[in-house]
Amino acid sequence: MTETEAALKALMLLGLDGDAPAYRLLLSQLGGRLRVYFERRMRDAPGDVEDLVQETLMAVHTRRATYDRAQPFTPWAFALARYKLIDHWRRRKVRATVPIDDYVEVLAAYAPEPGSAMDLDRALETLPERQRNLVRDVKIQGLSLAQAGERAGVSEGAAKVALHRALRSLGERMRGRADG
Amino acid sequence: MRTDDLIDQLAADPRAIPAGAVQRRFAGVAAAAALAALVMVLAWLGTRPDLMDAMAGRMFWMKATYTALLGVAGFWALERLARPDGAPRKALLFGALVLAVFVGLGLGQWLAADPEHRRLMMMGGSWKVCCRNILALALPGLAATLVVLRGMAPTRPALTGFAAGAFAGGVAATVYGLHCGESTMVFVGTWYTLGVLGTGLLGAVAGKWALRW
Repeated sequence: MTETEAALKALMLLGLDGDAPAYRLLLSQLGGRLRVYFERRMRDAPGDVEDLVQETLMAVHTRRATYDRAQPFTPWAFALARYKLIDHWRRRKVRATVPIDDYVEVLAAYAPEPGSAMDLDRALETLPERQRNLVRDVKIQGLSLAQAGERAGVSEGAAKVALHRALRSLGERMRGRADG
Repeated sequence: MRTDDLIDQLAADPRAIPAGAVQRRFAGVAAAAALAALVMVLAWLGTRPDLMDAMAGRMFWMKATYTALLGVAGFWALERLARPDGAPRKALLFGALVLAVFVGLGLGQWLAADPEHRRLMMMGGSWKVCCRNILALALPGLAATLVVLRGMAPTRPALTGFAAGAFAGGVAATVYGLHCGESTMVFVGTWYTLGVLGTGLLGAVAGKWALRW
């Protein structure tokens, strides 16, 4: 963590001095971390994760003059991400003070709905087999993306993309069911 | 757009950002705000007739120091609040301390005075227009500060707007000393303070609306 901070900060300082390759590396490294950050906090809307990653990267770029060179870089960047996340919730009219994933986790822990596991199984059945296996391997069994990709005979990157698509359509199906 | 494409696009524009860019921008705004207030004093209110004599005295500079320090506290708070992770605590405490010391001294002077003089010390000859004038002189500076802040990354819009108002109000009140001939500490501690805080309040209301990004 502290090593990462040192590396990101060094890249940011180079970027502020006009070093384009260092700056590009910083943005892509940061992009990956932002994706993880938003994915964890937006399980209800995985389709919006990439939008928020991009909005935050744009804010990092256009507002980089507000980074204080004497301070650590990571808290600055994630303060921007947090602001974008709260803004996103506000636009969707969700109370910004209640992190939605905590809420869902609490519900799942203390009041498991008897029907929810069955609904999930049924929604899973409607996915193509390859996607279904990926979801089972990674999200239910807890395998890594690399391991799951190996079992499916695809690369880690391909597994990641397929899993992302699968989760999105799964979410849509389950939402559709809840509405109907 | 794909994120990789966005990154390519952003990295293609790596203009260097000098260290201290935030401070430099607010220093520029302070100069512009002081100039605007000065023009308004000269064109609208006029300088006090005894300006040269007054500048030789102590009270003229006490007033100027007090309001300038309020402006400095606002500047300091802004320099923190313009950043998404900035902590303004020390700056706000500094502002509160400056205010408390000056108001305390003014109150002491007032209580020590002859009761029949107290009313005049407090109200002077211009208490009705003092706050209004400071607020008016501060408006250009407040607007400029909010515009600059919109390009930065404040995450607490109302508090940042308040700091912007205190900053612009402090600058304007300092320039207002060129017009205003009041010379008791209790007058300055009351009406100048209310003028600066009023500008802060206006800034907070405007900031809540203007400082979203």
